[in-house]
Amino acid sequence: MTKAKKKTNSSAIQRRLIPSYIFLVIVCIISVFPIYWMLTAATNTSFEVSTGKIWFGSNAIVNFQGLLKASIGSGAPLGKIMWNSFKYAGVQTLLCIFTCSLAGFGFELYHDKRKDRLFAFLLLAMMIPGVATLIPLFRMMSQFHLLSTVAAFILPGISTPFMIMMFRQNSRNFPVDIMEAARIDGLSEWAIFYRMYMPVMKSTYAAAAVITFMNAWNAYMWPRAVMSDNSAMTMQMLVANLSNGYSVDYGVLMMGVLFCSLPTMIIFFVLQKQFAEGITGAVK
Amino acid sequence: MSKPKSIQAKQQRAGWLFLAPATLLIFVMSFYPMIQAFIISLKKGSSANMQWQEPLFHNYERILQDKTFLTAMGNTFLYLIIEVPIMLILAILLAQILNNKDLKFRGLFRTMVFMPCAVSLVSYALIFKSLFATQGLINTALLNIGIISENINWLGQTTTARAVIIMGLIWRWTGYNMVFYLAGLQNIEYSVYEASKIDGANGWKTFWYITVPLLSPVIVMTAIMSINGTLQLFDESVNLTNGGPSNTTITMSHYIWNMSLGQGVAKFGYASALAFVVFIMVGILAFISMKVGDKRD
Repeated sequence: MTKAKKKTNSSAIQRRLIPSYIFLVIVCIISVFPIYWMLTAATNTSFEVSTGKIWFGSNAIVNFQGLLKASIGSGAPLGKIMWNSFKYAGVQTLLCIFTCSLAGFGFELYHDKRKDRLFAFLLLAMMIPGVATLIPLFRMMSQFHLLSTVAAFILPGISTPFMIMMFRQNSRNFPVDIMEAARIDGLSEWAIFYRMYMPVMKSTYAAAAVITFMNAWNAYMWPRAVMSDNSAMTMQMLVANLSNGYSVDYGVLMMGVLFCSLPTMIIFFVLQKQFAEGITGAVK
Repeated sequence: MSKPKSIQAKQQRAGWLFLAPATLLIFVMSFYPMIQAFIISLKKGSSANMQWQEPLFHNYERILQDKTFLTAMGNTFLYLIIEVPIMLILAILLAQILNNKDLKFRGLFRTMVFMPCAVSLVSYALIFKSLFATQGLINTALLNIGIISENINWLGQTTTARAVIIMGLIWRWTGYNMVFYLAGLQNIEYSVYEASKIDGANGWKTFWYITVPLLSPVIVMTAIMSINGTLQLFDESVNLTNGGPSNTTITMSHYIWNMSLGQGVAKFGYASALAFVVFIMVGILAFISMKVGDKRD
């Protein structure tokens, strides 16, 4: 009896949710379709793409070869460009999470009035638009002969107020009593950081790493300014070049977009939880 | 007596050492270049030898006569006024719907709405460029359905090109903002909703009188982020329309880029003046949104 009642009750609830379902399905179709279309276009000829084919074709290998040729035409082999993007994003991620976690640790667990004030001041840097510092930073990099080096790519992205804030907020969950106990046991402050803080904060590190890697991989304006050598090119620069030709081969272009998005898509599907935590990380 | 004090001093010093590298980098990579940008904005000449501009604020005076920059500013604010409210309302609505515990396939729906974030800005700009090409899928589909009788040159006309950029922005960022609201909603006790249901509030009333006020800090934050991001639009303008037709969809960042590092004209002084104006705008708008957010409470 109660079971039957519950059942009708829940089906009534589901019936009331029908408009929600319809709305969600429409939104989901719009959200996913362009990505799905990109995948199909990467397997079709440019002609098939422009005649509106939206199913997978058999031209993937030809498109891939076209992409290889186009990347060499842009100045570097595809493998090299992929490796560049991985290298820059990887190095930036490692240095960023190390530097910012160290700072978050210092700001929260050793906090006093002066440190809090300094932190509030650092937050102001969030208001500085990337384009505003573009010219001075570009001149700085060229002055120190860093153009087209890893250093030029990563230096402005190693320390960001957002990441420091994220580690600082999450450090509140770090048990302070343990620190006292560790000090009595004779652990140095540095040892507390890398032997205790780093393992305890694993999930924050994961979220920070995912978001930093994604941002570095997707960066476009800054790399275009400072990575001007062909051999230093990134995937974003390569695909942007692909669409600049006189006649665009849509199959090849979408194959390029696919390669450009593959790492971030894999991260998205495998580490979605960490990704979501990463973007909302500092807002707790 | 003196010993614990020295231990404390040691700890304090360790704290400063821990935060020093990150702090130093922010000063060198953000604050110092910002000051530099202002100094360069008062100068003229090319990269190697720059002299003070006469009168000193000449670069700023020129801005008011720069039709392209005024268009760029207009475009940016147009994108801001249309895109940000639609996107944020849509995101809150989606978060509200997805927060309902009775809903089935919540995880799947959330993943799909969130998915555009997995695509880089350059990539999605190129996907949209291809979809809205004259021979693209959108035209083909509209022709087949019979809504239009001949291909529309979406990216070749100012109004439609702007519309495509706005659609692209909404597509790329709605799911991103929704994640913030979902996180915010999880902090609201479910019992609050139960109570409002018992009090007889319907869906809309719950939305306006419970969800929106309780989310208001998150809404202010997403609004600031969206305003900040829109004022800095670059990738879309460059890759989707290349600012065209004839600079009518160009954004401020794109124009500054063209003035400084793109197109071979290195007007660093003037471009820095423009960049400084953008910086002031970001500051003012962020300040206003924070004030508005405070009043709500």
